Amino acid sequence: MRQAIPIFKREFKSYFVSPIAYIVIAIFLLVTGWFFFATFFLVGQANLRNFFSLLPIIFSFVIPAITMRLVSEELNIGSYEILLTMPVTLTDVILGKFLAAVFFVIAMLIPTFAYPVTITALGQLDWGPVLGGYMGAVLLGAAFSAIGLFASAMTRNQIIAFIVGMAICFILTLLDKMLFFLPRTMLGLLAYLGADIHFQNISKGIIDSRDIVYFLSVSFISLYGAYLALREKY
Amino acid sequence: MIQVENLTKYYSDLCAVNQINLDIQKGEILGLLGPNGAGKTTTLRMLTGFLRPSSGSVNILNYKIEEHPLEIKKLLGYLPESAPLYHDMLVYDYLSYVADIRGIEKGRKLDRIRQLADLCGINEVMHKPVNELSKGYKQRVGLAHAMINDPEILILDEPTSGLDPNQIVEIRQIIKQIGKEKTIILSTHILSEAEATCDRVVIINRGKIVADGSTESLKESAGDKKNIHLTLQNADFKSVDKILSNLKEISGITRIAESDSQLEVRLDCRSAPDQRAAIYQQIKQTDWIVLDFHQETQTLETIFRELTLEDA
Repeated sequence: MRQAIPIFKREFKSYFVSPIAYIVIAIFLLVTGWFFFATFFLVGQANLRNFFSLLPIIFSFVIPAITMRLVSEELNIGSYEILLTMPVTLTDVILGKFLAAVFFVIAMLIPTFAYPVTITALGQLDWGPVLGGYMGAVLLGAAFSAIGLFASAMTRNQIIAFIVGMAICFILTLLDKMLFFLPRTMLGLLAYLGADIHFQNISKGIIDSRDIVYFLSVSFISLYGAYLALREKY
Repeated sequence: MIQVENLTKYYSDLCAVNQINLDIQKGEILGLLGPNGAGKTTTLRMLTGFLRPSSGSVNILNYKIEEHPLEIKKLLGYLPESAPLYHDMLVYDYLSYVADIRGIEKGRKLDRIRQLADLCGINEVMHKPVNELSKGYKQRVGLAHAMINDPEILILDEPTSGLDPNQIVEIRQIIKQIGKEKTIILSTHILSEAEATCDRVVIINRGKIVADGSTESLKESAGDKKNIHLTLQNADFKSVDKILSNLKEISGITRIAESDSQLEVRLDCRSAPDQRAAIYQQIKQTDWIVLDFHQETQTLETIFRELTLEDA
């Protein structure tokens, strides 16, 4: 397990060595900033609900872009062979890479603290839902990172990894809005599988163990999927 | 030190490595030779635990590779073919990262990296990104990476492929130097390389071992036929043929080249007793002038061709 730390450090650093990190963060801030402030003054409410309600959709695009290279690139250039012949286990590799992605998501969220800070200058902000929202955002980011990592472990092609990861995240986000297509008997289960409902609960400031368990289980299942995909490769 | 028993690997239906048995002693430099696609890389990958064998076992210092992969990986240094390093890292950062994974303490890390930089001659490129390095430097960084924890066993997959002759000589020297204390297994399809660096050569073809031994013993065992080359002045083929075919042990005389003044022939001799004395006695009686007279030695090249082309 200890060997996950150098892998995490390397992956996290390598985001910031290449321009990817800066491009992704800039796009993320631009999109969230635009959608948030475009309606903020029209609505005239001192809360971040609008920002958090958009977050799952934006994350569905942005996070697979962050995770797509994590494993695919290694498979493609062959450095995977070097990595796995060093004294590390597959669990170390996956955990290190997963943590790097999660911390990158956190780094990406930090500049958005400017929004609540701006709002407190304008009106009375209720910090409960804001902190809940950020906690939910990290959980959601972790779950989507795990999904992206899984997609990346399946292929050596980064573009395929991105599209597959995005498709899975997108479906999970929109699942509860597509329910009217589906048979009544499955509604309960499918509604539970949608990521958006769980996230919106947390971002209202309601911290329910079911929602937390949901995000943790999505992360775990995806990471285990990545583990199996890599183990079967060789 | 390393015992390989009945190691076999199938890629779906294709048998890449077929029932290989090897026993490698400590301090040996073993060369794995074979044509392209013979199963060299697959064998090495199974030795490192990167590939799971379809059947058979690898024991290293009494550790079974399936049961104690981490212990074995700690003992090994491995350089894959074409040294696939991370593109975006500086050489120093890369080596430092590898040292962290290998669990080298902070205090010793810098010393060790300096030592390896001197040994592998990569001081000038320490602060360049890997993707800007030439093939030769990349290979050396790969070698430094493999040796960073001073491993007992070093496995090198085609360590000199793509290098220029000077670099090849340098890398060979490094390998020989390390090989004094460590066990090294290297694969190559360059025969002179195996001859120059290895104590022991294993030739594999189509996944099977076809020869195993020191280069000398391979050469000895390879041929009961011995060819003698003779270059003469002032002689013509007809008379040479007539005089030398009197000797019983000569089974054939072939003209290789003939010019106005010179004649070069090859004498195929049957077996062990050296025929050179008898031939000399025959020639002495004529007025030919001997310019060159030598017995062909079996090179690794000819052995290799014989063994790998047999059933092709």
